[in-house]
Amino acid sequence: MQPFTTHTGIIATLDRSNVDTDAIIPKQFLKSIKRTGYGPSAFFDWRYNADGSPNPAFELNQHRFYGRSILVTRNNFGCGSSREHAVWALVQDGYRVVVAPWKELGGKRLPAFADIFLNNTTKNGMLAIELSEDEVQIIFNQVAAHPGLQATVDLEKQQFTLRGPDPTTFTFDIESSAKQRLLKGLDDIAITLQYEADITRFEKSYSPY
Amino acid sequence: MAKTLFEKIWQKHVVRELPDGSALIYIDRHLVHEVTSPQAFEGLRLAGRKVRRPDLSVGTMDHNVPTTDDRMEIKDPISKAQVEAMRGNCKDFGIQMYDLGDDRQGIVHMIGPELGLTLPGLTIVCGDSHTSTHGAFGALAFGIGTSEVEHVLVTQTLAQRKPKTYKVEFTGQLPPHIFSKDMVLKLIGTIGTAGGAGHVLEYCGETIRGLSMEARMTICNMSIEAGARAGLIAPDETTFNYIAAADRPFAPKGKQLEQALAMWRALPSDAGAKFDQSITIDCRRLKPQVTWGTNPGMVIDIDQTVPGPDQAAGYSRTDVENALAYMGLTPGTRLTDVPVDVVFIGSCTNARIEDLRLAAAVFKGRKVAPQVQALVVPGSMQVRRQAEAEGLDQIFKAAGAQWRFAGCSMCLGMNPDQLRPQQRCASTSNRNFEGRQGKGGRTHLVSPEMAAAAAVAGKFVDIRTFMNR
Repeated sequence: MQPFTTHTGIIATLDRSNVDTDAIIPKQFLKSIKRTGYGPSAFFDWRYNADGSPNPAFELNQHRFYGRSILVTRNNFGCGSSREHAVWALVQDGYRVVVAPWKELGGKRLPAFADIFLNNTTKNGMLAIELSEDEVQIIFNQVAAHPGLQATVDLEKQQFTLRGPDPTTFTFDIESSAKQRLLKGLDDIAITLQYEADITRFEKSYSPY
Repeated sequence: MAKTLFEKIWQKHVVRELPDGSALIYIDRHLVHEVTSPQAFEGLRLAGRKVRRPDLSVGTMDHNVPTTDDRMEIKDPISKAQVEAMRGNCKDFGIQMYDLGDDRQGIVHMIGPELGLTLPGLTIVCGDSHTSTHGAFGALAFGIGTSEVEHVLVTQTLAQRKPKTYKVEFTGQLPPHIFSKDMVLKLIGTIGTAGGAGHVLEYCGETIRGLSMEARMTICNMSIEAGARAGLIAPDETTFNYIAAADRPFAPKGKQLEQALAMWRALPSDAGAKFDQSITIDCRRLKPQVTWGTNPGMVIDIDQTVPGPDQAAGYSRTDVENALAYMGLTPGTRLTDVPVDVVFIGSCTNARIEDLRLAAAVFKGRKVAPQVQALVVPGSMQVRRQAEAEGLDQIFKAAGAQWRFAGCSMCLGMNPDQLRPQQRCASTSNRNFEGRQGKGGRTHLVSPEMAAAAAVAGKFVDIRTFMNR
C-alpha cells in the first residue's frame, strides 16, 4: 500500500450529504473480480449522460476541478453498502483525500463518514479527514471564490492547509492506529500475523457455546 | 458490574488488546458471497497465504444470480465469470458453498439462520452491510469491506475499536397491519441515517419480545440504514425454539444444545447495565411507513404528505430538492395518490416465510393491477419450498404476480431484475438510494402487506383501510 505522508492537490467540492456507496460506484461495476479499473466509473450515474458523454450539470465534471485529488463533501459520506469498490473507485479516479464534516443533530455528534467506508479508506491509502461544519463551509466558499484552489495535507502534523491568497490551516483528529498504518503504508494482515501465537492460544481454550 | 449483551459477547471474543487501544476480536462465522470476495481470494493467492479456518466460512451465491426458471444459465458474461470465480475459490480453499441449484441456496443472510450457523453469542461477519440481520439471534454481526474479508480468511480475527452501545426500546402493542418494518423505518426516520453511527444498537422492550424471529431479523437487518454497524436482540425462548427446529444442520443438538442454552440464557443485558445512548419508541400509534426520498430516513406515515425543502428535519434544502427531483414528487403530494409501476416483495429484509404469508393474504382473491409488474422473490430455496407447501405460490400466480427463485433480485439491480428509468416501485427491500434498483428507478420502502396492496390498487394505499374494505 502506498504510504500517505503529505499531499498537495486541487480541491473539488461535492455539495451533497449522505452520499451512499451505491452512488459512488453503481452495482453494475461490482461484477468485476479485479481490484482495478473502477476509476472512470466513480459517480457513474451522476457523471455521465445516457449516451456516455460527461454530464455538464454534475459538479465534479466542472473544468475548474480538472486534475483534482482532494474531495470535499458533506456529512455521512459513504453510507450504505459495505462495498470496498467505492474506495477503489475514488482512489483510482485520483482522489487521495476526502474531507467531510461531522454534524451536530439533537445534541449528538454524527460522524462525517460511515463506519465501514472509513475502515475501507485506511486499507487503501486514502485519508479521510473529519472537520467541523464551519470549517468545511469555509473550504466550500474558498473553492467557489478561487478556481483551482489547492490544499496541502500533512498527516504527521494532522493539518489541512488551504493555499491561495488567504491561507488557512485546520487541524484534524485521526485514530493513532489508522495514522500509523497510513504513514507507513502497512499491510493489516502482516500486522495481525505478528499475533498468530495469541490466536492459536485463544483457539485452544475457546468454545463458542 | 452490570454488563450489556454487547459487552458480554465482546469480552468473550477478545484475543488480545492491541497497543493502540483497539482489540483483536475472534470471528466465529464468516459468510462469503460472490461479489465482495473475489479480490480477497486474489490477495491470498498473490501473497501465498492460506485460509486459516475454512471450516468457519460458508459461501453462497445471491447478489448476481438470476431468479427466473432459466437461472442456471447466466447470460451476462461478467456475472458468469464472477459466479465461476466463486466456485473456484471455494473449491481451492476448501470452503463449503451452497451453489446455484443447491436446495439450501439463498441470500446469505437468509441461509445463515436457516442452516443453524447463526447462533446467540457468536461473532459473525460478511462482506455485506446487511450482516447486521444476524443480530436478531443475539450474535454480534457486522458487515466488512473486502480487505477485511481477506483479513478474516487469513487470521480468523479482526482488529476492532470497541463501539458504543445504544438502547432502542420499543413499547406498546403494534396496531393491526403494522409490522417490524414500520418499527425500524420509524426509528431511522427519527434518528436519521447516521444516528446510530459508531454504535451497536440493542433493540429491547415488550414489542420486541412479542416479535417472531423473522420479524426481529427485519429490524436488525436495517440497523445499518441508521448508520449502526450492528443491531442486537437478546435471545429468548422464541430464539431457542427457532434454533431447535429440525433441519438446522449446523446448530447444536441434544446435550450440546443443553450446554449452549445454559450459556445463551446468561447473555441478555444485566439489569442496570449502562448504555451510551438510548431512545424509546411508542408503537401504539405507529402508522404504516413509506419512504418518499432517496435514503431510508426520508420516511413518512402513509397519511402524511410529501415534505417541502424546509419541512424535512435533519436534511438541507439541497438534499430535499435533489431527492424530490429524483423521485419525481412535489411537496404536499399524498402518496396514496401516487401510482406504482413495479412491486418487489423480496430481499434479506422481507423475503422470509412470514413475509410471504402476509403478502399472500393480501393477494388472495385479488388481482395485481394490469399496469403493475409484481415480483415475489423468496429469500432462500428453503422459503420457496415452504411457501409452495403452503400453496402461497398458487395465490401469487392466481393474482398475476411472478413467483421466482431465491436471490437478491431487484433489491440491488446487479442481476437481470431491474427497474427502468423513472419506474416507480413499492419495495420491501432496505435501500431507496438513487439507482439502487436500476438506473433512474424510484424506490419506496414499505412492509410486505403495503407492497402487496400497492400491487393490487396500482398505487400506494393505507393498508389499514384497504384490508378492512
